[in-house]
Parts: sequence; structure tokens; C-alpha cells
Amino acid sequence: MQIKFAIEGGDFATAGCASSQVKKLLKQLNIDPSDIKKIVVALYEAEVNIVAHAYRGTITVQIDPQKIIIVLDDEGPGIADINLAMQEGYSTATSKVREMGFGAGMGLSNIKKNSDELNIESIVGKGTKLTITKFFATS
Amino acid sequence: MKVSEIATLLDAKIICGEKHKDENIEKAFSSDLMSDVLRIDATNLLLMTGLSNLQTIRTAEMADIGYILFVRSKKVTPEMIKLACENEIVIMESPYSLFKASGVLYNAGINALY
Repeated sequence: MQIKFAIEGGDFATAGCASSQVKKLLKQLNIDPSDIKKIVVALYEAEVNIVAHAYRGTITVQIDPQKIIIVLDDEGPGIADINLAMQEGYSTATSKVREMGFGAGMGLSNIKKNSDELNIESIVGKGTKLTITKFFATS
Repeated sequence: MKVSEIATLLDAKIICGEKHKDENIEKAFSSDLMSDVLRIDATNLLLMTGLSNLQTIRTAEMADIGYILFVRSKKVTPEMIKLACENEIVIMESPYSLFKASGVLYNAGINALY
């Protein structure tokens, strides 16, 4: 099963809508609640990152019986130094983003913490592509 | 402690989720930083915050937080109430500061997460 969402940069009113829909879908699929929380927290952090930093982006969610793969592909400024961006506390967020309760430099590391695999590709001036993989708990 | 007892202790109004007033809350977390809230491993806790916007509700939704108390009489918008109701999240408003609300609940036996 594959679903796709379009995300607008700067649109904080709808930030989280995609994550919310994915959460509802995973509940319907009877995925383990602990897995759902990890997946949607990682996805929400990444969705907020697109809204906070990029001009626009897409989220493609592929759900297989054993795992979920989420690809977040944005057009934006890109990340010059991914290792630096992964460090907790490092942030380039604007004051508007901080007013929303984000931008503390904890997002990428929290995405990594909640996923089984995280791949980040970025080209400065073009955009960033995150691929998040989480395997479902086996019952 | 019941949601209704917490509301009484903090002079708070239940804005949304009145039907959950007899549910029991054992733990609470106070923060205005949603990035920090998203790192909490626990579920079913009370979030106390002075940050009143739509992303506060979204954060609670994603983090499986069922109860939010807004301090210093921060007003919630109709959009926030709608989103909270859709997700069965209880919203309360208290005139107390975050420090005072946290202190009162800690004293009354609500546990800290860390």
C-alpha cells in the first residue's frame, strides 16, 4: 500500500495532517501501538522540518506486511553539513518555528531514535530527502 | 488522581473532554518545548504547558498524550478544540503559572517522568 502527501513550506496550520492520517491508517491496520508512536513521532518531526525549512515537499508512505518506509523529499535550502545537523542542539530554525515549540535542534536525532533505519541525502540549494524505515514488531 | 480532582486543585476549567473527567492520571510533564515532549517514552500522561497553538495539540496526538493543561489562562482556539475532540484529548485551562501548577500536582502525588 502506498500513499502520498503534498506539503507546503511555512504552512503551520496544516503541519501534522499527513502524520495524523498515517497514524489513523496504522491503527486500522492493527499495528502495535508502541510501533505506531515511534513511526508517527519520527514522521511528524520530519513533516514539521519540511514546513519549517523547505519551500514544499512530498511524503510517500509505503506500508508492507513487515515494515513501513517513509520518504520525505523536499525542495529547499538543503543541509550543508548533515553530521552537524544531526548533533543535538544545532538548529537553523527561524524565530517563527521556535514560537511553535520547535527548532531546538532535536528533530533529526529524534527521528533517528524512533526509526530502525534513517538515510539523509541533501544537496545545498536544491533540497533534502529523508528515508525512514521502521520494521513492525512481530507478535 | 482523577482529571476532575486535578481541575479542582488547579482551579482549572475542562474545555474539552468532560466525559473523561473520571479517568486517572498518574504522571505529568511540564514543558513549552514540543521537541522535548516528542522525546517522551511514556504515554497517557498530563502535559502542562504555556504554549497554546495547534501544534501543541498535534504533538499530543502524535505522542499519545491524552490530557493537556494550559497554564496562565492561555486561550485555546476553536481549531485546537476541534482537533483535541477528534483525538479524544482532554483540554483544561488554569490561571496558575506553570511553576505553581507543577508544584501543586507534585505535592498532591502526581509523579514526575524524570
